[in-house]
Amino acid sequence: MAKLIVDGKEIEARDGRTLLPVLRGIGVRIPTLCFHEAVSPYGACRLCLVEVTAGKRTLLAASCMYPVAEGLVVKTASERVIRARRMVAELLLARCPGVPRVREIAGELGVQASRFPQRDERCVLCGLCVRGCAEIAGVHAIDFASRGVYMDLAPPFHRASETCVGCTTCVTLCPTGCLDPLDFRMPPSRHRFSETRPAAGCTLCASESFRSDHGH
Amino acid sequence: MNLEMLDEIMRTYGYEESGVVAMLQDIQRKERYVPEAELRLVAERVGIPASRVYGLATFYRSFSLKPRGEHIINVCLGTACHVRGGARVMDKFTRDIGIQPGETTPDGKVTIEPVRCVGCCGLAPVVVVDEEVHGKMNQKKVSRIVEECRGVHREGVQA
Repeated sequence: MAKLIVDGKEIEARDGRTLLPVLRGIGVRIPTLCFHEAVSPYGACRLCLVEVTAGKRTLLAASCMYPVAEGLVVKTASERVIRARRMVAELLLARCPGVPRVREIAGELGVQASRFPQRDERCVLCGLCVRGCAEIAGVHAIDFASRGVYMDLAPPFHRASETCVGCTTCVTLCPTGCLDPLDFRMPPSRHRFSETRPAAGCTLCASESFRSDHGH
Repeated sequence: MNLEMLDEIMRTYGYEESGVVAMLQDIQRKERYVPEAELRLVAERVGIPASRVYGLATFYRSFSLKPRGEHIINVCLGTACHVRGGARVMDKFTRDIGIQPGETTPDGKVTIEPVRCVGCCGLAPVVVVDEEVHGKMNQKKVSRIVEECRGVHREGVQA
């Protein structure tokens, strides 16, 4: 166990954990988009920033990635933290003005409008779908493609993936609802009685994504 | 690229994940781009997901997934070259050859690509043709380069 000070109060936390679940465990509200308990943390959205003092150094750190350590002093709502989170929210709002979750988080931080040029994206590039696909489904059907302002999430060659099993883990994890499982899936068909028929398809479990033996 | 050639490239780097970028570079040196089939094979043999190799290949601008011409003209549009008229050099190339930046002539002879700094800003504006650096470019030098690219394959290149 490690002793740390959070907003002036001393608490104990198990070594090996990261700050975010510990802070949430004692009732601190911290917004996140790219965090999910089921997959490894990634530190992409920067909404969970907190001020951490370790020894003489004080820095803003993504609490989802920062490991618990003896003697840490953590501030979760200092002016610096709030200012940084507001900036992150403003940038996210500029990228995704139409996403309810982003608007909600921005609203909670008191950000109503963004000063930056607006785009109309649905995806915040949090990478939850990538991690879900790799760590839960274990098929690595999608990953980040390209870089910088051109970055997006795609199956190889931006075509229906050959490894996707249609489990919709990615769709479940996506915080902004921008994923359509049909983007990633094999052409739906089912092999039966020596002929291939188009599958009727369940829109919930995507169970039609059986591989055809006829070379699809 | 035949299988033995590809296999030899992969063997050079021990089929290791850490060697994938080098493998793609070798493939591109031979083919002038990274074909989809080769990329998928690298993923399969090295044992990493195709999505990751695709992510890698699209991350670096130096990899092209589209076939490129026999001559590749890289026009620098970095800060120094921008200040010294890189855009005008690019204009002249696209006008003379008749394709847009990033495109290849229909006969597959010439590709024009913009780059961001090739690391010799003192020579701005800079153009790199098939790994040969041409500094202090002007309209006349552009014409000469276009002539040279055509000279080798005069019959094929469109006016």
